[in-house]
Amino acid sequence: MSVLTFKGGVHPYDGKDLTKDVPTRRINPKGELVFPMSQHIGAPATPMVKIGDRVLKGQKIGEASGFVSANIHSSVSGTVKKIEPRLVTNGTKVMSIVIENDELYEEIDTNSKNILENCDKKTLKDAIKEAVKEAGIVGLGGACFPTHVKLAPKDESAIDYVIVNAAECEPYITADYRRMTENPKELLEGLSIVLHLFDNAKGVVAIEDNKPDVIENLTKLAEKYERIEVKALKTKYPQGSERHIIYAVTGRKINSKKLPADAGCIVDNVDTIYSIYRAVKEGKPLTERIVTVSGDGIHNPCNLVVPFGTSHTQLIEEAGGMDENVEKIISGGPMMGQALFDTDVPVIKGSSSLLLFKHDEVKAAKMTNCLNCGKCVNVCPEGLVCAKLAQAAALGDKEMFIKYNGMECIECGTCNYICPARRNITQSVRTMKRAIIADRKKG
Amino acid sequence: MYYVSSSPHVKAKLTTNRIMIDVVIAMIPAALFGIINSGMLFGGFYAFRAFILIAVAIGSCVLSEYIYNKIIKREQTIGDMSAVVTGMILALNLPVTFPIWMTILGSVFAIIVVKQLFGGLGQNFMNPALGARCFLVLSFAKQMTAFFPVNVDAVSSATPLTMLKNGADTDLLTMFIGNHAGTIGETSVIALLIGALYLTVRNIIDLRIPLTYIGVFAVCILLFGGQGFDSVYMLKHICGGGLIFGAFYMATDYSTSPITTKGKYLYGICLGVLTALFRTFGNTAEGVSFAIIFCNLLVPLIENITIPKAFGLEKEKEA
Repeated sequence: MSVLTFKGGVHPYDGKDLTKDVPTRRINPKGELVFPMSQHIGAPATPMVKIGDRVLKGQKIGEASGFVSANIHSSVSGTVKKIEPRLVTNGTKVMSIVIENDELYEEIDTNSKNILENCDKKTLKDAIKEAVKEAGIVGLGGACFPTHVKLAPKDESAIDYVIVNAAECEPYITADYRRMTENPKELLEGLSIVLHLFDNAKGVVAIEDNKPDVIENLTKLAEKYERIEVKALKTKYPQGSERHIIYAVTGRKINSKKLPADAGCIVDNVDTIYSIYRAVKEGKPLTERIVTVSGDGIHNPCNLVVPFGTSHTQLIEEAGGMDENVEKIISGGPMMGQALFDTDVPVIKGSSSLLLFKHDEVKAAKMTNCLNCGKCVNVCPEGLVCAKLAQAAALGDKEMFIKYNGMECIECGTCNYICPARRNITQSVRTMKRAIIADRKKG
Repeated sequence: MYYVSSSPHVKAKLTTNRIMIDVVIAMIPAALFGIINSGMLFGGFYAFRAFILIAVAIGSCVLSEYIYNKIIKREQTIGDMSAVVTGMILALNLPVTFPIWMTILGSVFAIIVVKQLFGGLGQNFMNPALGARCFLVLSFAKQMTAFFPVNVDAVSSATPLTMLKNGADTDLLTMFIGNHAGTIGETSVIALLIGALYLTVRNIIDLRIPLTYIGVFAVCILLFGGQGFDSVYMLKHICGGGLIFGAFYMATDYSTSPITTKGKYLYGICLGVLTALFRTFGNTAEGVSFAIIFCNLLVPLIENITIPKAFGLEKEKEA
């Protein structure tokens, strides 16, 4: 099998051996669970419950407040204690519903919701989309874009690829790997559900070649699906970037002004596809996900099935506690994740991992002048002149920044990783992008 | 308390400091060869003298940077080892008979005038060692071309490149090994290539520049070198003078070469053409140093016309 990839990229230490062979384990959240109303891109959901209400597991507690928005469901049964702004992983406070877990896990009735059997062909497409929307499914790779929006492109017939992004190129994270190992059949079934929506599309499960066992197993299982195939990607960061996985699989390129659908593609993460399977086949809303807890600062690195709303503090306890010398805690991967200053924040739809490190490489790095060595240029997956963008950012020169295509940056952090002078290239470019976007909004 | 910073949170191993150390390591074979070669050609005293020149150049470069930083009250930067690299390149560019005080003057010029006044590491628009070399050539032309001690018999007193220029015959193998007169570090092609290989394996230098440079230079020599399509003559030109040293160690200097990929090729082409022109039609036999510093000045222009098209924007821009 040929191995597909893109130009540029880096090979950071991947640390996946710490957790890749640890089977997932469901945890039982204690006490209060916090459900922020904004866990996705788009408008925040509107709370549908009042303080004192009793809610069931799987009950909708936040209603999508627009087309680009997503429903939020309770992951446990219990009582609504508070509705107030709470701290979330990105350091801001977001309006949240706080539910006291009664540990009964009483579930709302989801019987006879298998719409694949209960719908005729005509209404099936709409029923699938409706089920995905109702289940509050968003892109679980981290961007959290509402999936029902993705599944409704302008022209359905123009979609010829549905790509399952199974690259999992961020170091340490093994959540998707565990999902593919433990639920391969459900994954392929989920993909075939999505293929119901796009008559001209073929399904591709695109996996980095550092997971040969999964590639082999899925290839075998995919044999019975006419429209599904498994493709191996070169193991390289950021192989899982949407633009670059599309390029690797189809040879088509999209830029910042285009959507995957413009290139005839729908790209969804592994767990997203699995959630679609659960929503459509079992009528289950999205209320939990696999979270990898790893790094050298945690005693028992593991993969946990975590109900949303659980505090990160409890994940640390479940993983055997943390080393007292931990310097840095990251929600998400080391390349694009969010550093936490407080672990008492809830697990949300986008939380793929919690990493604890005894040694913060950023703190230890000693910055020198830019050498103009060009290593950032060689590794940038977007083909940008990163050093010049950082220079433009330092000068506040927006014209130069745009001339050097700065708005195309995907903030993958590759330049920053490779930089021998330890310059904060990604951070500078990110700040500049935000400033220019703000300017444009002002008009 | 935990440390909080914006992503990414991990870093590759290679640092500025390590790059500079690698460049120094890569020049050690050439330096050792230069020391031994001086001794073999002119006697043990000159081996010692070559060593002293290298030590003096490195020492005065580091000291200049140290004092400059002290005076203008900036954070000390000598730890990044870049001054050591400058000193070493400068010394390897000097003839073994070169006066000590002029070496010190050259080092101070390289660090203070060419590098620090423009903002230090990475900010200079001209290679410091080469800037200093050209400064020394213009100021002390006689001493800079005194490749032989005065007591040596005048018959053999020409470098292979000068002999080549004057139409005399030279031995290609001698030029490749480097057991002939020249500046301390430029003579041995084999020693320089060993270092270049090390830099390539360590991923320090980008071969686009040196290979384009040498390739274009070779073509130019064949086209208008004056000897017609003579491949041995061409190889002698490549092995002679400072071409190999310049191509792999000076043209690849990060801050004074283009950062864009296409720019690197264009830069190599400019270098090849200019060096061939200088060597063929110039007054002196050598042309590498001036070609490189001249092209250093073209770098901002080259970068400006070679901004790459971003991923997915290739077609849009053409339309």
